[in-house]
Amino acid sequence: MVNKKNLIKKILAQTYVWLILFLMYLPILTLIAFSFTKATNLGTWTGFSFDLYADLFKSQEIMTALGNTLIIAFVSSAISVVLGTLGAIGVFYSKKRAKKSLEFVTQIPVVNPEIVIALSLTVMFVFMGSYIFRNSIFSFWTLLAGHIVLSLPFVYLSVKPKLEQMDPSLYEAALDLGCPPNRALRTVIIPEILPGVASGFLLSITLSLDDFIVTAFTRGSGLLSGSNQIETLSTLVQAKIKKGPIPPEMRALTTIIFLIVLIIVVSVTISNGRKGKKAKLRKGRQDR
Amino acid sequence: MSSKSNEVLESKKQRTRKGERFFALKRKYLAIPYAVFLVLFVIVPILLIFFYAFTDSNGRPSFDAAKDFFTSASKWSVLFTSLFIGVQNTIICLLIGYPIAYILSNKKLNKNGVMVMLFVMPMWINFVLRTGATRDLLSWLGIDGGNHPWPATLIGMVYNYLPFTILPLYTTMLKLDKSQIEAAGDLGANGFQVFTKSILPQSLPGIISASEMVFMPTMSSYVISDTLSEGKITLFGNSIYFNFSNSLWNEGSFMAVVMLAIIGITMLVTKNGSKDGTAARGGGLW
Repeated sequence: MVNKKNLIKKILAQTYVWLILFLMYLPILTLIAFSFTKATNLGTWTGFSFDLYADLFKSQEIMTALGNTLIIAFVSSAISVVLGTLGAIGVFYSKKRAKKSLEFVTQIPVVNPEIVIALSLTVMFVFMGSYIFRNSIFSFWTLLAGHIVLSLPFVYLSVKPKLEQMDPSLYEAALDLGCPPNRALRTVIIPEILPGVASGFLLSITLSLDDFIVTAFTRGSGLLSGSNQIETLSTLVQAKIKKGPIPPEMRALTTIIFLIVLIIVVSVTISNGRKGKKAKLRKGRQDR
Repeated sequence: MSSKSNEVLESKKQRTRKGERFFALKRKYLAIPYAVFLVLFVIVPILLIFFYAFTDSNGRPSFDAAKDFFTSASKWSVLFTSLFIGVQNTIICLLIGYPIAYILSNKKLNKNGVMVMLFVMPMWINFVLRTGATRDLLSWLGIDGGNHPWPATLIGMVYNYLPFTILPLYTTMLKLDKSQIEAAGDLGANGFQVFTKSILPQSLPGIISASEMVFMPTMSSYVISDTLSEGKITLFGNSIYFNFSNSLWNEGSFMAVVMLAIIGITMLVTKNGSKDGTAARGGGLW
């Protein structure tokens, strides 16, 4: 009797979870389904075709935006990782007061809504442009600064716990054994915190790829857009959906992005699962 | 012989110590570029926002922007619409997300966190694209922003913020004291009592950080309300964006100051800062 009740509970729980999951994926799955037909509006099916995929790669506009998005994501994340990792190491070995105030400032961009970050940066760039440079300074560089502000705190916050978990005697041992401090930093500290650095980098990439507000506020002309305003995927899609439905070729783009994300997620999950199993095995051996 | 080797050892020790002291300073200095960047691009801009909020367009001190905000009916309506949709979205996300987080915290249903991954995965697809997809689907189903701006916006908000609710709730649910829950049942509490007396109080930190993750971003969002209501619903984000695109720096800055004040208040009320929040906003993803 109890078993039956539990079984019903389990089935209900499973149904609920899968129903919500289905609803959450519904908009994307609809786009994907209709990426295989040429109709301009969602909901009309004019026969199966791969034409939208061909259109996608022929669309100069989308390809430019994609290129810009990737360049900004990688450049801003690379800079964030260097600044943030060095910052985390530096702050970790700082005195209490400096540490406290820097940690406080690090929290500001995390709790601030994006629109406030964007507006504050823009106000500063306008101010600098009108009082210092006497010219508009909006360009790739202001956009880059905006994206670094977005991701830098997250690099810091993902490196910091790794520094705290690190065994401090490792570094001291290296010094005692005659290792010069700079090399000890490279060969002892950096490898220890590398997982944190990597997750900080991936996080920066995702934040930058997804950003709309800061990009819309801080961009100027440059990059692949030449003398036009820099378009990223977010700003391009936003401009399009303000006027009408998502352009058909962007449905094809959604499918491709979805596939890439799926592949990454599946491989990460598999490798995590393996790591978990290995850890269990190791633990089992130790127990014996 | 031995004294000589001792000397060598001594000098070597001294050198290391010197090097160590020198480097102890140097390691600290690694934070300098980080600190400089934060001062230049976080602190100075925020100070400038305060400067612009309390000056007029000629740069003279004035409370015009404040006056404009507090006397304009449209800005009050923006404030209340934002608060209202923020509260509604937070409640709906908690109601949907709480049971999910509880179910997923059961390891048998959620092997290696695969199910959590599934809930988080849509977040990696471009946010504007997802919002557009939601709008197109809703208007196909007849819930378009032109006729039903409020439900359409709310659905878009829930779509976007549900993962941010589930993650912090899930992390607290993993830490639930299972034996306490079982004990409550064994001692005769019924299902409802077990929930209100044991599970709910234990998961309160998760509820608080999930609310923080949802409430402020909802109030300040721009893309979701603009796209899904077809411009019919103006939230804080839309209003600031409007001020920005019309070069109304002072008015926009004052609104940003209002937002900062609201954040300050919510953080004082909840008092748990953003420790769990950061983990949820993205830290938990990787």
